Amino acid sequence: FDTSAPETVDPSSVPQPKDDFQEELVIRPLHSGDIYASFQFRTVWETDFMRGNKVSHYRLFPKSLGQVISKFSVRELHISFTQGYWRTMQWGQPFQPSPPGAELWVWFQDSAECKVYAAGCVDGTWKELTNVLSGIFCASLNFIDSTNTVQPSASFKPLGIGNETDHRFLRYATLPREIVCTENLTPWKKLLPCGSKAGLAVLLKSEKLFHSSFHSQAVHIRPVCQDWQCKTTSWELRQTLNVVFDLHNSAQGKREWSLFKMFSRTLTEACPLASSSKIYIDITDNPQGEQFEVSPATPLLSQAVVLGDRRTFSVYDLTQQITFGTVRSLNLLIRWKSSEGDMLRPLLHAERYVAGYGLQTGEIHTLMYNNHPYRSFPVLLLDSVPWYLRLYIHTLTVTSKGKDNKPSYIHYQPSKDRLRPHLLEMLVQLPPNSVTEVTVQFERALLKWTEYTPDPNHGFYVGSSVISSLVPSIVAMDTNSTRERPLFSSFFPCKEESSYFVRVYTEPLLVNLPTPDFSMPYNVICLTCTVVAVGYGSLYNLLTRSFQIEEPSPGLAKRIANIIRKMRGVPPL
Amino acid sequence: MILSTTLEFCIFIYLLIFSFSYFTLHSCCLLYLCFDNAGQFFSSGHTNNWAVLVCTSRFWFNYRHVANTLSVYRSVKRLGIPDSHIVLMLADDMACNHRNPKPATVFSHKNMELNVYGDDVEVDYRGYEVTVENFLRVLTGRLPPSTPRSKRLLSDDRSNILIYLTGHGGNGFLKFQDSEEISNVELADAFEQMWQKRRYNELLFIIDTCQGASMYERFYSPNLMALASSQVGEDSLSHQPDLAIGVHLMDRYTFYLLEFLEDIHPASKTNMNDLFKVCPKSQCVSTPGHRTDLFLRDPGSVLITDFFGSVRKVEITMETINLTDPIKQKPKQKDWHPPDGFILGLWTLILLVFFKLYGMKHLKHIF
Repeated sequence: FDTSAPETVDPSSVPQPKDDFQEELVIRPLHSGDIYASFQFRTVWETDFMRGNKVSHYRLFPKSLGQVISKFSVRELHISFTQGYWRTMQWGQPFQPSPPGAELWVWFQDSAECKVYAAGCVDGTWKELTNVLSGIFCASLNFIDSTNTVQPSASFKPLGIGNETDHRFLRYATLPREIVCTENLTPWKKLLPCGSKAGLAVLLKSEKLFHSSFHSQAVHIRPVCQDWQCKTTSWELRQTLNVVFDLHNSAQGKREWSLFKMFSRTLTEACPLASSSKIYIDITDNPQGEQFEVSPATPLLSQAVVLGDRRTFSVYDLTQQITFGTVRSLNLLIRWKSSEGDMLRPLLHAERYVAGYGLQTGEIHTLMYNNHPYRSFPVLLLDSVPWYLRLYIHTLTVTSKGKDNKPSYIHYQPSKDRLRPHLLEMLVQLPPNSVTEVTVQFERALLKWTEYTPDPNHGFYVGSSVISSLVPSIVAMDTNSTRERPLFSSFFPCKEESSYFVRVYTEPLLVNLPTPDFSMPYNVICLTCTVVAVGYGSLYNLLTRSFQIEEPSPGLAKRIANIIRKMRGVPPL
Repeated sequence: MILSTTLEFCIFIYLLIFSFSYFTLHSCCLLYLCFDNAGQFFSSGHTNNWAVLVCTSRFWFNYRHVANTLSVYRSVKRLGIPDSHIVLMLADDMACNHRNPKPATVFSHKNMELNVYGDDVEVDYRGYEVTVENFLRVLTGRLPPSTPRSKRLLSDDRSNILIYLTGHGGNGFLKFQDSEEISNVELADAFEQMWQKRRYNELLFIIDTCQGASMYERFYSPNLMALASSQVGEDSLSHQPDLAIGVHLMDRYTFYLLEFLEDIHPASKTNMNDLFKVCPKSQCVSTPGHRTDLFLRDPGSVLITDFFGSVRKVEITMETINLTDPIKQKPKQKDWHPPDGFILGLWTLILLVFFKLYGMKHLKHIF
């Protein structure tokens, strides 16, 4: 990235765009005894990356991401790194869902250089963008290419403002094999204004975070409205980190959680650059304190409508010095008293598995559960299957309650060998209180021997299916997006009051492909060379060798006698 | 005799021509024998440091190779080389491997004394990206244009580069990820490409594999120093297993190298001769080897921090220093040719002797 020439304008006369940073942590005790912690760091900056003037003065917004947005004409960018699988039936719905591995989806801007029909232009930008992001996040995102990129037509609508709906500007890719470790957390933490030195980010210690059942970190960039009239747009950067700590791994089986037990650190101050820094503890299931008790007690309570339900939270405001008490550090303690009560069942969840036997064919089964007692709702199922599993779309069946369930919208793009994967998008109506099963048969392809990974017997991954839906909500959702709300309730935009948006990811599949024996080229070369050397060599020698009769050399006595006879002039023996 | 006087005369002329040419060639360096103060800053010849640390093994039982690489990474970072100047390539993930009983840690000493993975680590090439092709492209700089900066070796002709390789190897090759090899000839050619493109000032090559000395046998570019953990025909052995983790944690050579480097701090004056003594046969079981014939400077004058650290000499001064004389390095030693005057004098001598012996009548045949 080149540096612009120094401007001669007096910096104090140019109005600096306003930027704002908020951080929050939501802790939700789960019924299984585990605990779910969700960090969210949000930077809003009133600036325009797209217009001609280059932005050069960055304060809270990280410069590396700002340059990515302006260079690649990005309108929305969502990238997540996840280790583990979110168990919806035991843990409920997450605040920000993500599939195992790495997931990246980007909406590009319709810039002057890239018109819609110059499809190669967006592809070229996509390739460069994935390379740049792989350097920023220390991940192998450069493996994203045309063989695992799709353009979903309906499942991934923009989450920010904008009127771009042509799906040719959208790119979606997953890397289910991607490992998440400290080397991804380190650059993620460096994007925060306070780094990991102050505020809630001091809790992010990798040794505890990765010793958990689920860990997901994500970066979401989108344009948002600043006020109700939406006269000015600002850019919003949300960095989210969701982690579920296991009762037996992290708490040694005792149902008692504290910040120190979860993160091996306590809090001493808020980030000085943050305008708000809060901790929310979900106490909805504990109205009178009979299930668990939270200490230190706090008088602040807050109610928010999130995920279709009205939840009550105890709030700890870190910008107030009184929160830290006399010891000047905050260590929240949640102690369980009884383990009764059941959890609100999630309305939508899904499973997926591979059926069949052998290395020739197989069947992918996707099951979607609608747990609502009397309401049915439509879901969008997005399936992206790599080209080496050749789907037989004529065997696609969708059944609910034993009967055929015809999808009202199907968008299918067949794969091209070594060029692009299968893309299947369907709008399916799920009847109330039922299981809908989608099955499709496939055949496994034989790859070229250079296309195998160094460990092919591990298997090949198929990315998670994505199920997006507007699920009916119990309470009225808040459609005013610009009102002051906790960050976790304003992640997904709400267009209507009676339903809320939910995205569920299934498990990724691990499929074995027929694997050759990689030592065979060496064996064949050895065998062929031996046969040629022995067989042809012998034949050649037999044909071309000529035989001569040779006298055997005489013994020593005879040689001396011959010398004497030669001296005498007599013929030799 | 006329011959003897002519002969003495010829010898005198020849010596005169020879000495004159010798002095004109070598006199320039005599002028710069006395350096001024600023000259001492450039006595080592390098202005920046880079490190390329590669672990080439996959699978959980090769935990020790990742621990080797990370311990060198840790030392190099501690002595001052920043992440932007380190290209770290790990072929597999051990820290967050599902078999690791303590996630996000890689230990080098048993009983989990030292976590070399740490909390601040940036891996540039990981997993399937660690291939022979990518390694050679990083060295020679021939990367696709969209490669990010953190994955490039942006060295210049004043960079000192440390290259550390570890994994499984044999006589003349190093195995990458159980599926391909790099041979010592390829490596030597890559270094020659780097030299031709002036991508390094001095290069230190350390390899910790079985029969590691075979990898530096074929080097032919100048300014290379190489160390290996074992000679041809010997195996490098691993150090000690940890019963809780279940695998061997480090290789012996790198374990003692780490212990040696832990005593180094940015201001230490230890030199390469101490590095050559690391891990003698009694500790390592294999015989470590080294090669310094291609290196210009004497290894005793090369500091450890010239390669492992990024030491900047900062001296605050109040006086003005005039840099009018260009600071010249000692001219790089080319192959020695006899001076031109010598050859001229020799031929004159030969011709005069010839014509004296066989008479002057042959002269007219020449002119």
